[in-house]
Amino acid sequence: MAGPDTEFSLSVRQRAPIAIDARLHCRGGEMLALVGPSGSGKSTLLRMIAGLSRPAEGRIVCADACWFDRAQRVHIAPRHRRVGYVPQHYGLFPHLNALHNVMAGLGDVPGPLRERQARQWLERVHLSGLERRRPAELSGGQQQRVALARALARDPAILLLDEPFSAVDRATRETLYLELADLKRQLSIPAIMVTHDLGEAMLLADTMTLLSQGRTLQSGVPRDVLAHPRDEAAARLVGVRNVFDGEILGHDADAGLTWIKAGASRVACLLSQAWTVGSTVRWMVSNTGIRLRSRSGDTAEAGHVPVRITIAALVPLGDMLWVTASLPGVAAPMHLRVQRDHAQGLHPGANLEAELHAGSVRILQPEDPQTGSARSC
Amino acid sequence: MDWTALSLSLQLGALTVLLLLPVAIFVGRLLAYRRFAGKPLVEALLAVPLVLPPTVVGYYLLVGFGGQSLLGQWFERMAGHSLVFHFSGLVLASFLVNIPFAVQPIQRAFESIPHDVRDAAACCGMSFWQTLWRIELPLAWPGVLTALVLTFAHTLGEFGVVLMVGGSIPGETKTVSIAIYDRVQGMDFTAAGQMSLLLLLFSVTVLAVASGLGRRFGRWHGRPGH
Repeated sequence: MAGPDTEFSLSVRQRAPIAIDARLHCRGGEMLALVGPSGSGKSTLLRMIAGLSRPAEGRIVCADACWFDRAQRVHIAPRHRRVGYVPQHYGLFPHLNALHNVMAGLGDVPGPLRERQARQWLERVHLSGLERRRPAELSGGQQQRVALARALARDPAILLLDEPFSAVDRATRETLYLELADLKRQLSIPAIMVTHDLGEAMLLADTMTLLSQGRTLQSGVPRDVLAHPRDEAAARLVGVRNVFDGEILGHDADAGLTWIKAGASRVACLLSQAWTVGSTVRWMVSNTGIRLRSRSGDTAEAGHVPVRITIAALVPLGDMLWVTASLPGVAAPMHLRVQRDHAQGLHPGANLEAELHAGSVRILQPEDPQTGSARSC
Repeated sequence: MDWTALSLSLQLGALTVLLLLPVAIFVGRLLAYRRFAGKPLVEALLAVPLVLPPTVVGYYLLVGFGGQSLLGQWFERMAGHSLVFHFSGLVLASFLVNIPFAVQPIQRAFESIPHDVRDAAACCGMSFWQTLWRIELPLAWPGVLTALVLTFAHTLGEFGVVLMVGGSIPGETKTVSIAIYDRVQGMDFTAAGQMSLLLLLFSVTVLAVASGLGRRFGRWHGRPGH
């Protein structure tokens, strides 16, 4: 395996065939989750790292080796990059059995050693006894393990996983999560996993980068990125549905709150003095930051701000009730989820009080019209 | 039974396959994987022999290979004999006429290899030749086999082009299909029937073997389920 000082960085741009403007960084031993919707350019970025696709501009460096530099006219061929690549559908060679698939990744190793090492890798991914099976005779999870063994057998400088769990059932997926998490602890190389599943990123990744329409929006520890999306595009990407227009009313340094006017209501977020009083902003509240008050007129808990809402629609979904409501004077609807057991008295048209947790309310950065990314404040 | 004509046909078929298949593999792969300006035009030109009447193709080849053409004159200077009405002319004509029968199945076979399999080969450190030999050709083999069978069978059955370019010189350009035509012209229906039956049995056998081999390769190379 590569040394612990292995680092990977990428900065690439292109306009066609798919517009890309991305920056990535991953340290040795870290798993970076590249998260974005279908068509956001996740797989294209992975292919650029592997050398299978050439960006128009930029630089890709791994373990101090420059793999691509447009300015210096450097483009190292995929076969010389030492990349462990697991494509979305694994890319197993269908005419070769599991053992020979792994041996195919050990082309540089002398003959007698090659088979021994391939067997060791299959054993490491719990596939001993299945060496002679062709891919068509293996389950989805077993195929994924063969692909992973083949990728790692190459002693790669970086591991690339393209939607590694998309082709397996839920039970297999959970087993594979555990196995990959275990394997990850033993690796000292950077690993980049493409996924559109935020839960997967939370479970397995050390860092996360959000990607939308080919541009990287935000990077950080998954929990932080999910809790504090920087701009509206990032917020939408992490599943925030409640984004509204507002105006900064004032800052209360003693209470540690910044007050925002939203239609006829007042909401608060944690003190954000970078925003000048009177400026118009976009603000969000996380899906878990809204709750209905049990009795109108109760005193709000510390850090919670009461607002009046009118219920527009109720949709039962499992043991939850999806509620669409409106804030007075605000055009965008508010969405919240309520346990069905606690839904007595809820009906379309009902006028109730809800509480917004100030820690879950956040003012979003405006998007830079030039780059599309959020400007720093 | 005109054994000389049959032997000539088999030689012509074998030589055509031998010369055409390597070219078809590279052209088919190129057309399957590369995008370039004018690709539809190239594909259309390669497919022309499929749609033009063989006599028209034969006419153009006769003119193109004849003593008035640059190719014909050059060949005559180099080889000491003309391309037309000679076995070498038949081989060249057969090569050109069979291009679509060889290239198209091979192109489709390369196209059917999943992208991720080729990507994985590149990331496994394989060179172009290693990828072609160890991954692509084994997977494209049913297409190569189909190309082989179609080219060989089509060469045996070719009539119009052979007659235009080669005429009917026994032992030189008189293939089995020309011999059948000659026997029918000479009212020797017994010999014509024997040769026709032999060709029929041969064609059915070759197609059956090719089909069986294709299925066997299909089982070997079954794609992983997703």
